[in-house]
Amino acid sequence: MTPAPPALETRALSKTFVRPAVDALNLLVHPGEFYILLGANGAGKTTTLRMIAGLLPPDSGDIFVHGTDARADPLGARRKMAWLSDEPMIYEKLSPLEYLDFVAGLWGVPRAVSRPQGAALLDMLGLAPYGRDRCESLSKGMRQKVALAGALVHDPKLIILDEPLTGLDAGSARVVKAALRDRLAEGAAVIMTTHILDVAERMADRIGVIDQGRLIAEGTMAELRRQANTGEASLEDVFLSLIAPQTPDA
Amino acid sequence: MQPAGIVWFAAHEARLAWRDWRLLSGRGRGMLVALALAFVLLHAIAGLIMHPAPDLAIHPTKDALVMIVSTLVLSWSLMLSQALELVTRAFYARGDLELILSSPVEVWRLFAVRIVAMAVTLATMSLAIAAPFIDVLAWRGGARWLALYPEVMALATFAVTVAIVAVVAMLRTFGPKRTRVIAQIASAFIAAIFVVILQIGAIRSLGVADRMRFLSSPSVQANLPDPENPVWGLGYAAMGYPVSLGILVGAAVLALLVVIAIYAPRFHRYVLAAGDIAHQRGARGGDGFGPASSPAQVLRRKEWALLRRDPWLVSQTLVQLLYLMPAGYALWRVFSVHIGAVAVVVVPVLVTVSGQFAGGLAWLAISGEDAPDLIGTAPVPASLVVRAKFEATVGGTLAVFAPFLLVLLTLAPRGALAATAGIVLAAGSATAIQYWYRLQATRGRIRRRQTASRLTTYTEAIVSMSWAGAAAIAVANIWLAFVPAIVALLVLAMARWLRPRI
Repeated sequence: MTPAPPALETRALSKTFVRPAVDALNLLVHPGEFYILLGANGAGKTTTLRMIAGLLPPDSGDIFVHGTDARADPLGARRKMAWLSDEPMIYEKLSPLEYLDFVAGLWGVPRAVSRPQGAALLDMLGLAPYGRDRCESLSKGMRQKVALAGALVHDPKLIILDEPLTGLDAGSARVVKAALRDRLAEGAAVIMTTHILDVAERMADRIGVIDQGRLIAEGTMAELRRQANTGEASLEDVFLSLIAPQTPDA
Repeated sequence: MQPAGIVWFAAHEARLAWRDWRLLSGRGRGMLVALALAFVLLHAIAGLIMHPAPDLAIHPTKDALVMIVSTLVLSWSLMLSQALELVTRAFYARGDLELILSSPVEVWRLFAVRIVAMAVTLATMSLAIAAPFIDVLAWRGGARWLALYPEVMALATFAVTVAIVAVVAMLRTFGPKRTRVIAQIASAFIAAIFVVILQIGAIRSLGVADRMRFLSSPSVQANLPDPENPVWGLGYAAMGYPVSLGILVGAAVLALLVVIAIYAPRFHRYVLAAGDIAHQRGARGGDGFGPASSPAQVLRRKEWALLRRDPWLVSQTLVQLLYLMPAGYALWRVFSVHIGAVAVVVVPVLVTVSGQFAGGLAWLAISGEDAPDLIGTAPVPASLVVRAKFEATVGGTLAVFAPFLLVLLTLAPRGALAATAGIVLAAGSATAIQYWYRLQATRGRIRRRQTASRLTTYTEAIVSMSWAGAAAIAVANIWLAFVPAIVALLVLAMARWLRPRI
């Protein structure tokens, strides 16, 4: 029996704008794994995720999503993944239920499946009473949850999240995290960026630290502590230690 | 240290306005050359338009007073439309309000300055159009016509005061959520009335160079007051009669001061109320799209749902229908005389208006896409997305114009056929232009789309008019119609060639 392919694999992924934004990046995320990408502002996290999601063409390198070559077969790869950024991508004049219908239609999910799935998601995210209101009347946090429901309604196998918890209150953030854990339990993989290191420390199976477009450290919390040589330090200390400019030996 | 006063706020607002202007117009010698060229060109156009008038000297006859006053009243309707736009924008833009409200200044000073700024802005905009005509009048008819400068400024001031009173009344009556839509629709309607009256004037004066000549007819003249009647005060002011001009300018200044005294201290309350609409429970949407057989169908349904729920589009649709009234009038008027004239008058109007309408629709569907990332990550080929947007735009345009086409079909089937083909081609061309020159923006920016890209605006207009010409000619001679059709295709080809490579 052949082993299941990784949920996500990038090989020597590169992108240059004025200077290299992503530089020969190799990532491997397994099914059921919660992978968090950390980095300072401008480190190349969002560029990486946008290339994986197919929103930005890489200059070179390969992307495989559950074994599908995303550059050779972009539609095949997109069928298996969902993308969510910190700016909710929703339509103000549609209701959450209409939005979910729209997303399900784009992914070709049969209505018999998507309607109960959508209703359950809205219920879980506390949006059921607002299902028929137009999104323009919802708060930013509620819109973010509508967008998350849209990302989950087609049952993606790879969930790509760029700062999804920005602007969410503690209660909403907990609900979102619970929704993601449910998906992990069902075998989906999550790759996410966040600046909330506390969340990263508690939720991630593995963490990748990116600096100037290069992966400078990767592993579980314990492995990162070893790499940074920081004992029992918090992720914040580990992260700052890893990205600190290396001082030459005297 | 003293908190900011009126002069400080005025300087602040002037600095912001100047920077906006520099941002829009560019800077350096190029801008000066462009301004000089525009000045010469506008004066040349004004000279040409007024060339047929034999005598522009000041004669306060009933005939002259009718023409002047009706032109000024008509122009004022356009000013009022613009004033409603300006005032609504001022009420709904929070901008720096929270910063200023949290500072130790008396906010009425800021709003007094902003009300005056609106009057100055409108006066400047109005004079930019009127000045070449006033200059030609003064050159050919005497310096007393220069009184039109203060008169236009006074009329602009009146328009702003009326707009402020009207928008506040709307806010109190309809609440902040509905007021924005109602004010936008009112503004669009008033502007449309200006165009409609001009068109009807043109139709009624068919064959005569002066569009307002029908006002000189004995039947119209006989029903109007004598020249001594105060009703003609606007006309006398325009001719430089000092008492009339003094009363007009004085009344405008007084109205402005009264509006400032009443509304400046309360302005921030209205702005805050308007800003609070984001927290109010919105209109209801639906509970789904219904079963869809394909991603293309769901994309089309989404576009149509968004377009239907767009207040700007609803107002524009209503206005487009207003624009078609003269065409309907012409249809009725010329049909009884000569069936062939239907095509000449109605078909090109239908096609031109549909092209402009489709341009707005296409902008909303393509550049105004709210969730480009969602569409970009969906497992749907880009070509299918584009095709669905094309279908949504062209289908939506045909749906709006279908009633007119049906009426035309009963009167002149060949004309209806030509108009339908013209509408599909004009709408398709407008959508293609919008696709080639797409620039991601929020849907709210639609009101600025024409100033944001002059190239697309002019290209759309030329192509629409070429298709309109082709459709009109096709009614009489299908082969001759190829000439404007080829022009349309050439312009489209050039637009495609010049498109930015994204």
